[in-house]
Amino acid sequence: MTPLKERLVQLEVLRYNPDTDTEAHFQRYEVMCQEEWVVLDALNKIKADIDPTLNYRWSCHMAVCGSCGMMINGEPKLSCHAFLRSYEGVIRVEPLAHFPVERDLVTAPDDFMEKLKRVKPYVIPKEKKPISEGEYKQTPAQLMKFRQYSMCINCMLCYAACPQYGLTPHFIGPAALTLAHRYNLDSRDEGRKERQEVVATHEGVWECTFVGACSEVCPAHVDPASALQQMKITSSVDWIVEHLIPGGKS
Amino acid sequence: MRSISTDVVIIGAGGAGLRAAIALAETDPKLRIALVSKVYPMRSHTCAAEGGAAGVIKPDDSFDLHFDDTVGGGDWLSDQDCVEYFIHEAPKELLQLEHWGCPWNREADGSVAVRPFGGMKKKRTWFAADKSGFHILHTLFQTSLQFPSITRHDEFYALDLLVDDGRCQGVTALEMRSGELCQFHAKAVIIAGGGAGRMFPFSTNGAIKTGDGMAMAYRAGAPLKDMEFVQYHPTGLPNTGSLLTEACRGEGGILVNKHGRRYLQDYGMGPETPVGQPQLKTMELGPRDRVSQAYWHELQKGNTVTTQWGECVLLDMRHLGEKKINERLPLVRELAEAYLGVDIVKDAVPIRPVVHYMMGGISTNTKAATPLPGLFAAGECACVSLNGANRLGSNSLVELLVFGRRAALSAIEHVQSAPAPNATALNACAEQTRSRIDELMTRTDGIESMSGLRREMMDTMEKNVGIYRTEEGLQEGVNKIHELRQRYRRVKLTDKSSVFNTDLFQVLELGSMLDCAEAVTVGALARKESRGAHQRLDYVERDDKNFLCHTMVYHQGLDVPRVDYLDVVITKSPPGVRDYSGDHK
Repeated sequence: MTPLKERLVQLEVLRYNPDTDTEAHFQRYEVMCQEEWVVLDALNKIKADIDPTLNYRWSCHMAVCGSCGMMINGEPKLSCHAFLRSYEGVIRVEPLAHFPVERDLVTAPDDFMEKLKRVKPYVIPKEKKPISEGEYKQTPAQLMKFRQYSMCINCMLCYAACPQYGLTPHFIGPAALTLAHRYNLDSRDEGRKERQEVVATHEGVWECTFVGACSEVCPAHVDPASALQQMKITSSVDWIVEHLIPGGKS
Repeated sequence: MRSISTDVVIIGAGGAGLRAAIALAETDPKLRIALVSKVYPMRSHTCAAEGGAAGVIKPDDSFDLHFDDTVGGGDWLSDQDCVEYFIHEAPKELLQLEHWGCPWNREADGSVAVRPFGGMKKKRTWFAADKSGFHILHTLFQTSLQFPSITRHDEFYALDLLVDDGRCQGVTALEMRSGELCQFHAKAVIIAGGGAGRMFPFSTNGAIKTGDGMAMAYRAGAPLKDMEFVQYHPTGLPNTGSLLTEACRGEGGILVNKHGRRYLQDYGMGPETPVGQPQLKTMELGPRDRVSQAYWHELQKGNTVTTQWGECVLLDMRHLGEKKINERLPLVRELAEAYLGVDIVKDAVPIRPVVHYMMGGISTNTKAATPLPGLFAAGECACVSLNGANRLGSNSLVELLVFGRRAALSAIEHVQSAPAPNATALNACAEQTRSRIDELMTRTDGIESMSGLRREMMDTMEKNVGIYRTEEGLQEGVNKIHELRQRYRRVKLTDKSSVFNTDLFQVLELGSMLDCAEAVTVGALARKESRGAHQRLDYVERDDKNFLCHTMVYHQGLDVPRVDYLDVVITKSPPGVRDYSGDHK
């Protein structure tokens, strides 16, 4: 057995405390880490042994709770899934871009939470069926149509990566739109028309310029860019049916 | 202090809290519901559950079989009236989630698919790949967004229950963003605050699982029940402790020691079954307590594999093939690859048992009511006595749903008859919280470091309250935790800021964990028998004459807690032999 390799890691962390600071500043930490650790492990060691006043969110340490999103060397990452072995030199850690900072690496997700609610991310059935009648039948093929889009962990890395969201904050954004699409594609759902009021507008999919950064940074392989592209196509079809086909209805 | 007046307060917005909130909103849309959580709902630890949720749905299964599996799996410490209620509600709740959009895996005909799980006689575990808890949590959270009567208070750290006239009528909480102290006045309170696995150093639990809900109820006078029963999941990654779901074995994965022997056959779970043809309720599909205990024996015998992460056994899934692994166990493959550098398609993965779940918790009855009027509890923080001395995998996700809903219905009943809260009395009660927080924030004689005390607590729990326990070790554990509770009074708070002060929250969480840890150690010392997850090297047999009863631990301030006992409810299954040796026909 070979012992675990250790390495001295330098982190430059953006600090901001609204109680005492007029502006944010970087603070440098040096901490001995195991080579196999992730950036979150390094932060936890700093918090426990060096500086109890450093603040950030985390919980699951397995890339599923979505708490620990931050900018690492300028890229949106889950810090529990950012391996030290991928970085050389000083690692720069900043709060998630495009969200207001509450303190240090803690950002305020209010805007995302509000937008998520607006797209009605829940099954809107045509008719409610009583539980006693059993499950809605859904074939594996029907499930696969939307399953990928149901994997979103709401970590908001895609919002931090999206240049459009940075420029036009009213944009509903990748994750929320993808979840709308997830329900639109679900064979149990009849709510697409209701969602279109938010989704098929200039706050919605038409604001997306298809840069694809959202899909590149998604830790859950959701591929929001493909969802938004599909939504644009179906919205276009709606428009054609409504406006160009005689007697057509969306 | 900001005051918020509402009808029902729910503390915790994971699976149980969200299910309760939806049940309240659906049953009585006029009720005002305050959902208070120290994290945004989708961060709750329900998201990390992988394997699935058990409910009788297929024609070859029966309620009686689910009953027998659960009661035997729990080594006869389950309350059988509770189990009876649970098994009948389980399929309804899972169907309800299906109607709400949960992406359960399906059979070719479109019906819900089920997979085998440990200790279950039939395939009855509904699953969404190996992200079942994640999908349950997000389905509940997203569904909850349509109810205007649910007001969320995200990132509010709940502190103390408000009790007046013998009834629980609210809670105090810190708004984490501002540091503002708030009080919620309500006729009923539901605690759904999760477990306390973080009192151990090696755990599958997320950082938030610090037993705040348990400790809050305990301090307010509600007893903690059966806390000594701590579940070790047999298969955790040896470095991070991340869970590799029991579905690994349900789908056919095998456990081998350094000689390549499927050692479970040597611990009453044989004879060996053919590789790749898992048989229910034997070998790798034995219950978690037995499988984790077998690891301990292998360790004593020198049969474990020495790795750079310590002693391990091997979980071999190679024979499942890449297609099945990707379809059924994609998260497991990702986790092992990312954190350990092992591709489970090509190699066996080293694993070891890891603290996973608290069978014990706030004592509740089958109506999810605690002995404190007005206070209800559900989920891992509660001990409704479904799981007894050992929980079967895939019963807890359903427990969240069944008893989350049940807590809501009981709270509604209570709200209808309870008098209006006495604001003056509750204000006075809330002032005690203010003094406690003020004292901490202005403390100048703090000498103990938070992380130092936390380390000592974790080391004590691992050393003295592990898979196998002894009188001597437990006594040492009791003494040490008691000492740490005294020293905690002089813990130093470094950060005095008001905004998102995680130093403060970690200090408060440590206080919760120490309270829970004391209940665990005291209960374990007093239980002089071996049952389920509580194994004593000095009392190796189950003792139904003296210990067919629940441990009830009562908080006594800074003194050692008081231990009492409560009879187990036996309706139709007298204590018997747990048989995991397969069918000898």
